Amino acid sequence: MLGLGADRLRADMNRLLALLFHQGVLDEQFLQLQQLQDESSPNFVSEVVNIYFHESEKLLRNLRALLLDTELSDYKKMGIHLNQLMGSSSSIGAKRVRNVCVAFRAASEQNNRAGCLRALELLEHEYCYLKNKLHELFQIEQQRALSAGIRYPMQN
Amino acid sequence: MEDEVLKSGVASGRVQKMTALIVDDNRVNQTIHHRLLQNLGIENQVVGNGKEAIDVHCSGKNFDLILMDLDMPVMNGIEATRKLRAMGIQSTIAGVSSRSLTDNIQEFIEAGLDDFQEKPLTIAKLVSILRKVQNHNN
Repeated sequence: MLGLGADRLRADMNRLLALLFHQGVLDEQFLQLQQLQDESSPNFVSEVVNIYFHESEKLLRNLRALLLDTELSDYKKMGIHLNQLMGSSSSIGAKRVRNVCVAFRAASEQNNRAGCLRALELLEHEYCYLKNKLHELFQIEQQRALSAGIRYPMQN
Repeated sequence: MEDEVLKSGVASGRVQKMTALIVDDNRVNQTIHHRLLQNLGIENQVVGNGKEAIDVHCSGKNFDLILMDLDMPVMNGIEATRKLRAMGIQSTIAGVSSRSLTDNIQEFIEAGLDDFQEKPLTIAKLVSILRKVQNHNN
């Protein structure tokens, strides 16, 4: 019974991953992360992704603050934050978030405030979608591990 | 496959245990690069910018490999690489950046890099860098 539950959950995980790859939300770099996870570090992927969420939310808040500063938009600082977000998004395989960052950076290099505002909205939307889907993936993984009788520490 | 060969080499003592310094201000990259190296049996340390890399060397530490990011606060990868070479540091320095070779990485290379890899760093890219370290040490 337990084995069948774990198998079903694994199938759910694979289906969700396949969907995220098909949608271009994730790319093969996410598979590289999974290859780094093993018995000595069984939560590596979720740990790295949680660091990514924490850092990205700081960067998104900074970008929003810079853009909403009606006096002067510091496009150079925006570029620095975007490089950081692009780098970490690439590293975890967050392809669509990374691509929006590229477009955002292009707008900031042209001091195009309207373009930057549009890009920021799209970036926040893509980031939220990615975060929700990865949370869903990790929840299924937790349930599968419990179902298979493996004990993992609970992730927030 | 190559990473398994390298890992078993390190474990058996056939390949001398390497040491590495990760120089990167991005926490996600620090975590991934640390794990990549650890998985290959490579003892490694992480610092957050070029100045900290200089300071670690000034404290007397030395590494077989330095993974040097380009864009960092306080001191970037170009300046840090130049300073390390001026100090006589002969470690293999591999530049790793999300900027591509078409983005005029020339200055970074001329600062004294032995190799350059575009991020994200993968197992295959790291094994390629480590081959250069082994050749350098031999």
